[in-house]
Amino acid sequence: MQITRSQPSAVTLAFAEAVGIDDCVAVEGGRTHWHYGGTLAPNVRLLRAPTGVVSFEPEEMVVRCGAGTTVAELTEVLATKGQLCALDPAQPHLATVGGVLAAGVSGHRRLRQGPVRDSLLEAQYVAADGAVIRAGAPVVKNVSGFDINKLLVGSFGSLGLLAEVVLRCRPAPVLSQWIQLDGADPRQVRAAVYNPSSILWDGNTVWVLVEGDPADVEAETRTLRAVATVELVMAGPALPLGGRLSLPPGTLYNCMRADGPVAGLGAWVAEIGVGTVHVEHTPPLPPLPNAHLQRTLKRAYDPSGRLAPGRFPW
Amino acid sequence: MSGVWGGDEGYARAMHGGSTLDALVAELRTALAPGRVLNTAAEKALYAKDGSATTPSAPAVVCLPVSAAEVQACIRIARAHGRAITPRGSGTGLAGGAIPLDEPVVITTTKMNKVLEVNAEERYAWVEPGVFNLDLTKIVSAHGIHYAPDPSSQQSCSIGGNIATNAGGPHCLLHGTTSAHVLAVEVALPNGELVMLGGLEPDPVGLDLRGAFVGSEGTMGVATRIAVRLMADPPAVATMLASFATIAAASDAVSAIIAAGLLPAALEMMDANCIKAVERFAHAGLPEDAGAVLLVEVEGLSAGVRGASVLIDRVCRDHGATTVRTAADAVERALLWKARKSAFGAIASIKPNYYLHDAVVPRTRLTEVMQRVVEIADECDLIVLNVFHAGDGNLHPLLVFDRREPGIMERVERAGHAIIELCLSVGGVLSGEHGIGIEKRDYMGLLFSDDDLRHQDLLRHSFDPTAMCNPHKVLPAGSRCGELQHVPEGAWI
Repeated sequence: MQITRSQPSAVTLAFAEAVGIDDCVAVEGGRTHWHYGGTLAPNVRLLRAPTGVVSFEPEEMVVRCGAGTTVAELTEVLATKGQLCALDPAQPHLATVGGVLAAGVSGHRRLRQGPVRDSLLEAQYVAADGAVIRAGAPVVKNVSGFDINKLLVGSFGSLGLLAEVVLRCRPAPVLSQWIQLDGADPRQVRAAVYNPSSILWDGNTVWVLVEGDPADVEAETRTLRAVATVELVMAGPALPLGGRLSLPPGTLYNCMRADGPVAGLGAWVAEIGVGTVHVEHTPPLPPLPNAHLQRTLKRAYDPSGRLAPGRFPW
Repeated sequence: MSGVWGGDEGYARAMHGGSTLDALVAELRTALAPGRVLNTAAEKALYAKDGSATTPSAPAVVCLPVSAAEVQACIRIARAHGRAITPRGSGTGLAGGAIPLDEPVVITTTKMNKVLEVNAEERYAWVEPGVFNLDLTKIVSAHGIHYAPDPSSQQSCSIGGNIATNAGGPHCLLHGTTSAHVLAVEVALPNGELVMLGGLEPDPVGLDLRGAFVGSEGTMGVATRIAVRLMADPPAVATMLASFATIAAASDAVSAIIAAGLLPAALEMMDANCIKAVERFAHAGLPEDAGAVLLVEVEGLSAGVRGASVLIDRVCRDHGATTVRTAADAVERALLWKARKSAFGAIASIKPNYYLHDAVVPRTRLTEVMQRVVEIADECDLIVLNVFHAGDGNLHPLLVFDRREPGIMERVERAGHAIIELCLSVGGVLSGEHGIGIEKRDYMGLLFSDDDLRHQDLLRHSFDPTAMCNPHKVLPAGSRCGELQHVPEGAWI
């Protein structure tokens, strides 16, 4: 029996050609998270990743697309078959699939859907030496070899430049309902409902996103009435776009303190049970933990430092 | 495969250089209580194999540390004596990942078995690596929470070992494998340094070193402390058993369930050979005349579970299910799961030996792949039992045999190879949850290009530049320079 490994597409090979092998390059997506990570060094050649949905297999719940595809376009294709994926940025018409992955930005449904890193099944990326590398595979379960995909998500294009990805999809819920509870204790809310898609809190108001069978949504709403006054609303709060803090979820309640983690960062909305805090003003870059190991990995994958210099490590 | 990369001095250059085994043991006994350093032939023989059919290989010495500091000491002493280390959990692995090669120091974490902290409100726990998977769920169950990954060996496999293989289990269909449930891992690196990878915060700063470590099969260090995510118990659960006349009909039903937009918590298949073996063992009331059964579990809120159950019932009947029954209560549900999870024990009633693959195929190709698996077994005159995670296309064809039968090993090898080629030819992968270890290592080149493998090695090399941590595992010889010694003959069987 003949086994032919899947080969990179002509589009991917053309992208690799454009990446080249010597000068400093970075990929530009929708620039929606350009203020995340370190600052790109000056005089870096900017490229765009391949665009478009390559294939969508709803009966497999996987989709293959160019990394430069906007999340809005991807979402629209998935919606035609009643599915969605974990990529859920605030500006989907601008943000690209590759950009969201490279910035490691999970959606506000993370509490139930999981982080974006768990939805990346296969990545084809262009390495610093111009080679096209495939990590992972287009199946939903895979422990064949080391998990390079985990490194790529959140690496700001500093280890390899994403060309094409395969993402896991899920059935879209029948009903999505935001429930607003003014003055509620987010801990009580979390304890009261089973596996909601999101619980957001700005220090005064709690918003819960309950998704699923309409009868279940109604029952959860009834349960929440015992916790606080409930109002059904069309949408959750606007999430501040200045940046994010990543805190142990048990410490989110410190956000109420004058000297707490959000002091000086303006308006904020916290994801209860997750630990992400969306803040108005861009927070300073935190120091790198295990910096030696992180820098060793960067040097291993990009010995000359030509990929997105300045973005990572900072 | 060509090319030279890495380039640091391999530990093997100085392998055992100048140091005697006695000196190694003596120094380890200054670091650990003498009773926790095992070096008699009988003791070492116990650690020469794991749950796989891989050829046993004895370690130099076995250490049973009780703390991170002791793990670090074991690593440093091994290094100083030019020895590799092989980390080991419970030794239930099915790919040979814990087989000690190059006469290493085996560091087994079985005595590091305390649950350190349970935070029921924020749903996480800190555990030591030797805690058994099922024990964790038992300990936290009073709080209405559980640890989702549930490999069939969960009564005896450890959380540390689960991290090494990125272990799965039936309920990973909905909730993902171990990687999705590990928040942080404290690791003693191959240089002896202790680091914390990941954290309780959702997005630790920088690269996801935690994610890189999970599934690294003991090649990047030894986990000494782990924070795991716990999940709320679902308010409603429905466990259904659907019987089919043929494997093909059951496979069609699996594809149809996923295509209908349903994502059950678990979706398992057992074929006729497996049903008969299991029923003799577990007495769970499985239909012994069926060609295959599906065990389907749906969980969540009550209306959603009810709706999904009705839909699954209909899809199964539309695809020829002769009966579909739902477990009436928790006792019946537990019995059905006991039957499923005892399959590997039950096969001993058929033949004394088995060889197992763990390939994953696209779920839409399940019917044709299963038909061909049965044909391959027939062609090689072997008995095959199929019991597997059908919902995510994760096959477990079990070839059962008696290794004393003349010529049998050649047939088992031929069938195993044909099954792997089959799965890869439809776009599948080598392993869904058992890992690569030694058994599947030399197939990696079928799945990945030289460049792909070189990039995987860059990751391992960054953690372990001297290749002293569980050498010869996962990547085929040649993925890095200077790694061609001691490849065991016939290792994959």
